[in-house]
Amino acid sequence: MSKAVLMQGNWACVEGALYAGMRFYSGYPITPSTEIAELSAQKLPLYGGKFIQMEDEISGIAAAIGASISGTKSMTATSGPGFSLKQENIGYAAMTEVPLVIVNVMRVGPSTGLPTASSQADIMQARFGSHGDYPIIAVSPNSVTETFTLTVRAFNLAEKYRTPVMFLTDETIGHAREPIVLPKPGELPIYDRVQPADGEEYMPFRVEPGEIVPRMPAYGRGFRYNMSGLFHTETGFPSNSPENAQAQIDRMFAKIYDNVDDIVTYEEFELDDAELVFVTYGSTSRSVIPAIKSLRKQGYKVGMFRAITLWPSPAKQIEALAERVKHIVVAEMNRGQYLQEVARLVKGKVPVTHIGRANSEILLPSEIEALAKEVLS
Amino acid sequence: MRSSQLVEKYFRTKNLPHIWCPGCSLGIATRSLVVAIDELGLDKNKTVIVSGIGCSSRAVGYLDFNTIHTTHGRALAFATGVKLANPELHVIVISGDGDASAIGGNHLIHAARRNIDLTLLIFNNNIYGMTGGQFSPTTPHAALGTTAPFGVVEQPFDLVKLAEGAGATYVARGTAFHVNPLVKYYKNAIEHKGFSMVETICICPTYYGRQNKSGTAVQMMHWLKDSFVLNTAYDKMPEEKRQGKHVYGEFVKKDLPEYVEEYVGIIERLKGEEDA
Ligand SMILES: Cc1ncc(C[n+]2csc(CCOP(=O)(O)OP(=O)(O)O)c2C)c(N)n1
Ligand code: SF4
Repeated sequence: MSKAVLMQGNWACVEGALYAGMRFYSGYPITPSTEIAELSAQKLPLYGGKFIQMEDEISGIAAAIGASISGTKSMTATSGPGFSLKQENIGYAAMTEVPLVIVNVMRVGPSTGLPTASSQADIMQARFGSHGDYPIIAVSPNSVTETFTLTVRAFNLAEKYRTPVMFLTDETIGHAREPIVLPKPGELPIYDRVQPADGEEYMPFRVEPGEIVPRMPAYGRGFRYNMSGLFHTETGFPSNSPENAQAQIDRMFAKIYDNVDDIVTYEEFELDDAELVFVTYGSTSRSVIPAIKSLRKQGYKVGMFRAITLWPSPAKQIEALAERVKHIVVAEMNRGQYLQEVARLVKGKVPVTHIGRANSEILLPSEIEALAKEVLS
Repeated sequence: MRSSQLVEKYFRTKNLPHIWCPGCSLGIATRSLVVAIDELGLDKNKTVIVSGIGCSSRAVGYLDFNTIHTTHGRALAFATGVKLANPELHVIVISGDGDASAIGGNHLIHAARRNIDLTLLIFNNNIYGMTGGQFSPTTPHAALGTTAPFGVVEQPFDLVKLAEGAGATYVARGTAFHVNPLVKYYKNAIEHKGFSMVETICICPTYYGRQNKSGTAVQMMHWLKDSFVLNTAYDKMPEEKRQGKHVYGEFVKKDLPEYVEEYVGIIERLKGEEDA
């Protein structure tokens, strides 16, 4: 057995990224994500990888996309205002189907807000932040250990589905120090994008039979193709045709939504006989769990559904919950963002209550417990 | 090489004809790039051309290399990632004056400061062409743009001085009329180790010319011919003859540590320390 080491969430993110094969990082410093840049700067050259501090968050994501297009697994990390600045190029990565991990260590906004304090208020921005219709994958860890494993998974999903993946952590998890046993090489699966074979007749945006996304060759191998944020045909060249635009966007959505069972992960806790279920995610689940334990001791039938993949949402699972429980409480550090998605899925079948705020004070188990008693009384 | 051979060898002929207006000089600039690449003998598979958004930036769609048509103003930032991740690639960036010096101005000065081995070609038509003739940071003072109906109030950038001031180690300016020197500058820029910038003075008869009554495309080309003087000749001209003249030529050529080499040097040093 390997020994556990004490590590901050932000460090575990970098360790996980390196484990997954990240060899390029570009970004701009911002609290509370800065340690991710700092550790990447320190570690990447030891792996033969590259770190660059860019002049702003826009170029931070742009350089990471450039590196990924050319064949290198890449990551960028940011918080708050920096996440807003990245939005245009997130849409570019979605449109060009470029694998990329974008870490957002969420802090309190809007604007400069409370720079050093935790929140979960970028959930909707992660889904819809760039203009236009596009699908996205977003995942959220609730511990240092899960920060590592989920970062690995974020890279795997990015490569497998050729998409930017949002890694939504927050100040609480990012700065929490917890013991972690680092997985050994080979212990976790690593997925690399599918590339065309040498000399293969290559159509840059055609999906080969039995595959999920178009193959993506590294630069220098002889496949000279065009990337464009304009709607493009299978050739990679722009097209104004409405039929083509429809087919392209349909395919982009289908690659994610036809594979939700593979993409979506979640944790269930004390759900079997639960009458009241907390739907939560990330750091807030750490307050929900002790509340449930305490409530159970007092005889309350409560449980937790923790979304690990936030987007696409665990729609099937939440719809099923609505069929069998009496109350749903969405617990999150904002004024009701994931609540909108949960309420959309529950369709009024059971009452949906919200507990949350975004003033920097984390939700306490005692508050959660009190709310549950009130709802159940 | 004859034009038809150049087209065959370096252009994506399926995408032709291009979308540029009759009389536009972007084709001349693009052809000059291809001539430079051909004379240097660059491997198409190891050459990447990155552009932003604008009429100029549409050039990449026609060029048979690894090409990335990025977002407005950000081409240099994308290119930085390509080059740093893959130092063996030749990375060339094509940008309009607005793309490079307005929305992309921050990336321009920082790429220059880093002295990263990229070649930036700014096709400067002194106007926002793609969006229909709004003034740009290089539109001359008092000239007309659709968003400067009473004349531009601001002073324009001198892109050569801007790049030099920001730390570019190769800087030149050519024009779409003086094609032979232009090809030479492109070649020198691509061969230069470090950040190189070549400004190409282009004409936009459609949106600059019409608003400013600059005449036909041919007349605008004559204006390039008559008003641009080689810097070395300009230096010898008496003051009275310099009136109304602009200069082209090579302005900066110097050796300074290049970003990617420096970084790779660190990787190798760390490896050495590990092995020792
Ligand atoms: C973020 C963003 N802002 C604005 C635009 C609209 N836009 C497209 S091209 C352009 C200006 C083009 O001018 P220039 O860069 O000089 O290139 P030209 O078309 O003249 O070659 C503008 C403002 C855009 N595409 N993206
Ligand atoms: S608008 Fe101007 S720059 Fe654009 S293609 Fe036409 S002439 Fe050329």
